[in-house]
Amino acid sequence: MAMKDVPDNIFMTTIDAAASWARANSLWPMPFATACCGIELMATASSRFDLARFGAEVMRFSPRQCDLMIVAGRVAMKMLPVLQRIWLQMPEPKWCISMGACACTGGVFDTYAVVQGVDRFIPVDLYVPGCPPRPEQLMAGIIALQDKIKHGGTLNGTEFGKRTQPMGPAPFDLDELIRVREANEKLVALS
Amino acid sequence: MSTEDSLKSKFPQGELVFSQFRDNHRIAVPAAHMFDVLAFLKNEHHFDMLAELTAVDYLEYEGARDRFGVVYVLVCTKSGERLVLKTHVNDPDPVLPSVYSLWKSADWLEREVYDMFGIKFSGHPDLRRILTPDEFTAFPLRKDYPLKGRGERHNFPVLTRSES
Repeated sequence: MAMKDVPDNIFMTTIDAAASWARANSLWPMPFATACCGIELMATASSRFDLARFGAEVMRFSPRQCDLMIVAGRVAMKMLPVLQRIWLQMPEPKWCISMGACACTGGVFDTYAVVQGVDRFIPVDLYVPGCPPRPEQLMAGIIALQDKIKHGGTLNGTEFGKRTQPMGPAPFDLDELIRVREANEKLVALS
Repeated sequence: MSTEDSLKSKFPQGELVFSQFRDNHRIAVPAAHMFDVLAFLKNEHHFDMLAELTAVDYLEYEGARDRFGVVYVLVCTKSGERLVLKTHVNDPDPVLPSVYSLWKSADWLEREVYDMFGIKFSGHPDLRRILTPDEFTAFPLRKDYPLKGRGERHNFPVLTRSES
């Protein structure tokens, strides 16, 4: 079939691009809202900011119906297994936004009970900084994620299979290094 | 007869130390008499509500002689009167009698104190951890526990994108 035979209302594209276009414009978020970022997330979804403009307004409280996890707020040590389980329950293809300082890095909660960034333990596609981020910021994040999905998304999700390395920093911090050194010095002093 | 006078006549002199700050009445009780004093206050003086039960770690605290202070705040719902009882326990193996038999609200409060400070309450029906995960081994509000923990917050499997 020659190109001149194709009517004006037919578009030529790759099936990857078509799938990515559809996915990017119908992100169904899983609101994993544990703190004040969750309030901003709710504001983003409601009428003033209207996340529906980007096709991402369908908050589903079952992970089986979602393809975008928004981790909004600090994640406590006891909550992390729950987060991982919810992430594993989400069907492919799926993406994750780490929203706010606490989800990204632990924020001001540098204590034994708070995970220092969810990206240490689950894959994160996009970070939204702020404490908490304004709804505009989150929407900018979602638009950026849509771009990311549209550029490089494939029908069967082969781009996900290439991400074999953990995303976040190694689970180790300077204080632990100091503690380990001190413990070793004590051991040396004892022997 | 005021609560203080009746306590003084009931229990031997010098064992209970009374003090007051504004409208805050405080009694320091030795751990051996703690349960008797609390039972007496509940049964004879109608302190029918255990409002708070918490603990303080006095490790390296200036002038402190004991390691842990355990604080009971009682309320009399008839008169609105409040009373703060404080008792001390020490390492190793800090144990106090449970007051669950007097106030049911002691159930979770004692579990919380056990979870955070490692103070055991003998006679408690179900002394498990309440805030931290079951597999947690430390008592995080003790002063010798580092603020950032001993790596518990890092002790999880890591999911990569290709396998999840």
